[in-house]
Amino acid sequence: MRRIIKRYKFPLLTIMVLILLYFYKETVGLNAIKVSTSSLKAMMLVIPPIFILMGLLDTWVPKEIMVKYMGETSGWKGIFLAFLIGSVAAGPLYASFPVAAAFMKKGVKFRNIMILIGAWSSTKIPMLLFEMSALGSTFALTRLLINVPGIILTAFLLESMTSKEQKADLYQKAERL
Amino acid sequence: MSNTIIYGLTLLLLVLSYLKDKGKTKRSLMKAWKSFENILPQLLGIIFIMGILLSVLHPETISHFIGSSSGFIGVLISAIAGSIVIIPGFVAFPMVALLLQKGAGVMQAAALVSTLLTVGIVTAPLEMKYFGKRLTLSRNIVAFLFSLFVALIIGWVVGA
Repeated sequence: MRRIIKRYKFPLLTIMVLILLYFYKETVGLNAIKVSTSSLKAMMLVIPPIFILMGLLDTWVPKEIMVKYMGETSGWKGIFLAFLIGSVAAGPLYASFPVAAAFMKKGVKFRNIMILIGAWSSTKIPMLLFEMSALGSTFALTRLLINVPGIILTAFLLESMTSKEQKADLYQKAERL
Repeated sequence: MSNTIIYGLTLLLLVLSYLKDKGKTKRSLMKAWKSFENILPQLLGIIFIMGILLSVLHPETISHFIGSSSGFIGVLISAIAGSIVIIPGFVAFPMVALLLQKGAGVMQAAALVSTLLTVGIVTAPLEMKYFGKRLTLSRNIVAFLFSLFVALIIGWVVGA
């Protein structure tokens, strides 16, 4: 019990703030609870299948295959695949982190991991129609057109900013996640 | 819709996996649970903080600061506000659409959308668990600067 409280002290603290907010200003507090529960529901819907898929990937897909298609020598094929996987996936950016970890374990190139995350955050195919209807098609399409080269550039930039040792360290850490 | 596809795919693969190898399937699920539980505390905290922030900050107050005449300062305010948390598109798009209706400028709205999706201070500790301090910091800074660029272009294309 004590271990659980210690481990979950961050969410428990935020729940306490939520309760305090309710007593301080009831309408704002109620609204905060409403927003929290609705995003909790959304998260619980999106996240579990991602983890299950990554668990299956980890045990079933041999490292050699992932290395062949997305590893060091995968070139444009790897970039394209990283883009595709990131763009069709659902969920907020932080849902891509466990996918990145699973891919790192399988020897996917660092630059492709960065592309996956970039695509996951900003060029989502399931979200594009939604963005077009909310913010207009010129807005959504312009953003998409800038983001595609932007994501590739960012990935190259982040790769050049990260040394070999730092990369090795990150890949080693991914083994334990 | 995309949820249905993902659940369908997951279920299908799970059944196939189970038919082929019970032990491996069990191991996959154990791994899935382990890595899920590993980030659950941070994930829950982020969700509650998001709820608190979104209810404390009113659209009216925000759109007052980031109107179309607020210029580059307005773009900066939007970008900084959007950098607090990372939220999914299905929350961000209608929220920003509401701000546009209340008088926010297009360039400012674009800065907000882009940073809401890509830059997150609250989510940074979670990101660091996977990518370490240095890379998390670099990625967020690059994404922030890139968002300013996105805002300029969208302001120019849509505003014209």
